[in-house]
Amino acid sequence: MRDFSYLRAGSVDAAREAAALPGAMLLAGGTTLVDLAKCGVAEPETVVDITHLTGLDTIVIDDRGATIGALARMSTVADHAGIKSGFPAVSEALWQAASAQLRNMATIGGNLMQRTRCPYFRDPSNFPVCNKRSPGSGCSAIGGVTRSHAVLGTSEACIATYPGDLAVALVAFDAKVHLGDRQAAVDDFFLLPGATPEREHAIQPGEVITAISIPGTPAARRSTYLKVRDRQSYEFAAASAAVGVEFEADGRTIRDLRVALGGVATKPWRARAVEEALKGKVLEPEVVRQASLLAVEGAVDHGANHYKIQLAPRVVARAILKMGETA
Amino acid sequence: MTVHEFRTRPGDAKRGDASDGAVLADQVGGRLSRVDGPAKITGAAKYAVEQRLEGLTHAVLVESTIAAGRVRSIDTAAAEASAGVLLVLTPDNILPLRTATDWLGTPPPDVAYCPLARDITFSGQHVAAVVAESFEQAVAAAALVKIAYDEALAIVDLSDPKAGDGIPVDAMTKEWGEAETAFASAPVRICNAYNTPREYQAPMEPHGLIAKWQGDQLTVWEPSQWVDGMARTYAEWFGVPFENVRLVSPYIGGGFGSKAFAYGYGAVAAVAAKMLGRPVKLAVTRPQTFTAYGGRAATRQTVALGADRDGKIQSIVHRGVNETSVDGMWVEPLGSVTSVMYATPNFSSRQNVVRVNTVVPGALRAPGENPSAFGIESAIDELAYEVGIDPLEIRLRNYAEQDPHAKKPWSTRQLREAFAAGAEAFGWSKRSPEPRSMRDGNQLIGWGVAAGTYPVRRAYGEAVVRILAGGSVEVESSSIDMGQGTYTILAQTAAEVVGVPAENVVIKLGDSRYARAGVTGGSRLAGVMTGAVHKAASAALDQLIGLAISDPASPFHALQANTLVVADGRIASPRGNGPEVSIAELLRSVGREHIEAKGDTMPANSTVEDRYKNYTTIAMALPHTEGDYSRYSWCAHFIEVRVDEDFGTVRVSRVVSALDSGRLYNPKLAESQWKGGIIMGIGQALLEEGIVDRRYGRIVNNNLADYLIATNADIPDIEVISVGIPDPHSSVLGGKGVGELGIVGVAPAIANAVFHATGKRVRDLPITLEKLI
Repeated sequence: MRDFSYLRAGSVDAAREAAALPGAMLLAGGTTLVDLAKCGVAEPETVVDITHLTGLDTIVIDDRGATIGALARMSTVADHAGIKSGFPAVSEALWQAASAQLRNMATIGGNLMQRTRCPYFRDPSNFPVCNKRSPGSGCSAIGGVTRSHAVLGTSEACIATYPGDLAVALVAFDAKVHLGDRQAAVDDFFLLPGATPEREHAIQPGEVITAISIPGTPAARRSTYLKVRDRQSYEFAAASAAVGVEFEADGRTIRDLRVALGGVATKPWRARAVEEALKGKVLEPEVVRQASLLAVEGAVDHGANHYKIQLAPRVVARAILKMGETA
Repeated sequence: MTVHEFRTRPGDAKRGDASDGAVLADQVGGRLSRVDGPAKITGAAKYAVEQRLEGLTHAVLVESTIAAGRVRSIDTAAAEASAGVLLVLTPDNILPLRTATDWLGTPPPDVAYCPLARDITFSGQHVAAVVAESFEQAVAAAALVKIAYDEALAIVDLSDPKAGDGIPVDAMTKEWGEAETAFASAPVRICNAYNTPREYQAPMEPHGLIAKWQGDQLTVWEPSQWVDGMARTYAEWFGVPFENVRLVSPYIGGGFGSKAFAYGYGAVAAVAAKMLGRPVKLAVTRPQTFTAYGGRAATRQTVALGADRDGKIQSIVHRGVNETSVDGMWVEPLGSVTSVMYATPNFSSRQNVVRVNTVVPGALRAPGENPSAFGIESAIDELAYEVGIDPLEIRLRNYAEQDPHAKKPWSTRQLREAFAAGAEAFGWSKRSPEPRSMRDGNQLIGWGVAAGTYPVRRAYGEAVVRILAGGSVEVESSSIDMGQGTYTILAQTAAEVVGVPAENVVIKLGDSRYARAGVTGGSRLAGVMTGAVHKAASAALDQLIGLAISDPASPFHALQANTLVVADGRIASPRGNGPEVSIAELLRSVGREHIEAKGDTMPANSTVEDRYKNYTTIAMALPHTEGDYSRYSWCAHFIEVRVDEDFGTVRVSRVVSALDSGRLYNPKLAESQWKGGIIMGIGQALLEEGIVDRRYGRIVNNNLADYLIATNADIPDIEVISVGIPDPHSSVLGGKGVGELGIVGVAPAIANAVFHATGKRVRDLPITLEKLI
């Protein structure tokens, strides 16, 4: 039997110290770690239980924005009045993620550390070849079943899709990940696979996510998260979009626009080209649709996932136009 | 040992509602709530692998990672050295077993049976197993078993160029008239191919068992749709008498066709238990449920309809193919609905099976009828648009007044009534005929209709009914309740016959020590077992009344009555001119502990061998066209979908189904079963598909996050309407089949609605968004 050590951290500092041990992994809600351990992907030598740390599950809303403790549960954040009013895209992304049972368990910090659903990544006994698990071994997905794989941000080493919803909303609104002494922009926290797909997050051994903060902006206040999938619930996005809009005083001209994509890229994907194309423009359906095509600039498909290139701009356009309707 | 028995709860008995008229919930036809419900809801119900046994050990399977080839070597050294490991089973050290009789009753060849494979014919095949003191130890050691293979080229699926046309199954051929000629000369011709993918039963309770030997007596706790059939298989594998195997299955967390047989993993656990002399638990993991036994075979059909310009069918030419395994045979009868749904003077249906490297496919709710209906009910919809006739009207124009294949009258066929009731409730007359003509913002709205049918499968059953000293009634049967309501309807049957409240009836099921029962499959159990319990309970009541009249110690003895009545647990004379006593008082006065009667519906001259064959194989099942009638259940589904014009996503927004299952023994439970079938059909139409990596011949979405079944959010309110009438030719009490009917026709109704919404005809299930984008 493969044994591992279990440490219950009594303080954030203790957690950091334990997290620096070789082969250490943090345990919060456990919905990712236990799952990955069961399918043979995660093989921690030390499990550092941080669920007993106090003060890490608070949600604070102030003039600058929202600060959400890393141990806040997904369902708690989704239902928080200040999040719902100031950051509807964040609340909606959480509501549409996972299942009710998982949302009640999973934490915000853990959610950021969620791994890909690539079936080849998740089945080591049948697919030993995987650059994410065994760097340099190759990619089993390329040439295989690719319906759910990424069309943006891929490399020859990896085409695995970033599966989450929350981080898509976070990256749209310039959220920051608090890692003790330093803070990292969410956009920088998630890494492109490049030649090193085993590195998914810009986090160092011994670092612990303590909170995320989201700047309060008019665009965040008028925002939405649109998730498209075959199954109405409990399915990862075929394509999703987090969108926030701020209009000029005329209520039609776009002053600020935030667009990020989920389900189509190897990381939460900020679509700045769409934002730039539409800033200063009057929100008109045809203009929005044209600009939304920029969301998939440079996209590369692997056969069965080609539909994502068609789908993603439509999801972006719908979400932007929906924000216009509420003007 | 858990006692698996149920009493109904006080209060349930008065829960009859308007739809069952004056019928009390206690009686057959009443809306009694599931008597096993509270035990399941509260967790008191103990499922097979939850049994706690002294000295229990844990087995974990090791599966092939290639789809075709041969095991060159198995290195078990590291696994054997691993902590807690008791046994590593491989083809080299496993106890030899005998091949067992199959479910059709075919005598087995005299060859050894080995549940662990050297010759690999599919990915996920059992090659070895590790037994350890703890589950975790077994899991860890299983990962240390090293298997080397000589790999061969696999045929991965029906579309593999190497697959070929397959093997004709002559028994499936149905022909009359001159189908090809008539099709060629028909004024209107349509011909299209319809495909269904591999689909899986995905029961909430995964498979598994605990096996325990005491001498040459084997006890198996395993969820089972066929306690006696599986007990026979275990007995024959080990060469012990049938009576030496006890199979216990009081609760089943869903079967859908997948739990009727003992499979290889069961043999592995039972062998390990024998070799170790300790009980062994083997829990099949969710990914393993995709390869430890088969789901529905992938199918391909072409349906050619020749018709006149009024939409009257002149010919149907149907060709079907289903996949089977390399060394097993599964035939999914694809012409089953095609041949009975519509009147046609010319008809031809033929079927091939194609061998591919997969586990042998198996039964999944309405095997045959389900994919068959997807073909013919899509095709007739296409014909309706071709000739410009309403899809409901074209079905009525081609209504089969008798069984077109058997050329016999229907026992009952309330399909016309189903069309009428469903159309009325749905508002079908308000349908705008043109595709893409109904919309709500970005949502294209479509209305579709399709019919379904399922044959009435009949068999014989057996039950023991006891009237106990306290006045309660006990029923024993080895039949099972996998959620469909056997406990409840048998309580109602016994309560009505004996004349006691249903809450005074105790039903004991799912144990091969009880009175025999055949398979719970093919929607036959309710009809079989209500008949058997009715007979046994009637015999017990006769004994009770006989005692009351004739026993000198009975208070009724002096009355010299011909008969007595029993109601609400009390015995009285019909005219009320004598004493009235409770059953308990009577039994006390005549000094009897209990009254027991066994009833079966077998022909009177049946031999012991006949009975064994009847209950452990399907060799004695009565054909549904036997005698003067053709017996089927029928249904019509009316479905509304909303398709997002940009995203291609399909949501089912309304379902109205009218169904003819004959007399309903419990409308509440029948409605639940119908709805369950419809829900499963929605998943089949829109979501379910076993996805094969064609390089490795392996299912890659072998878990419930990636193999999508419908969630609550995918299901709208479903209205079901019963249009059945009692059918005396189908069962003792007049019911037809319920469990499988509901799913048949749902997928084509949705595909037809999607066409109406979008103008796009999807002939390959499931209808995922990229097919409509």
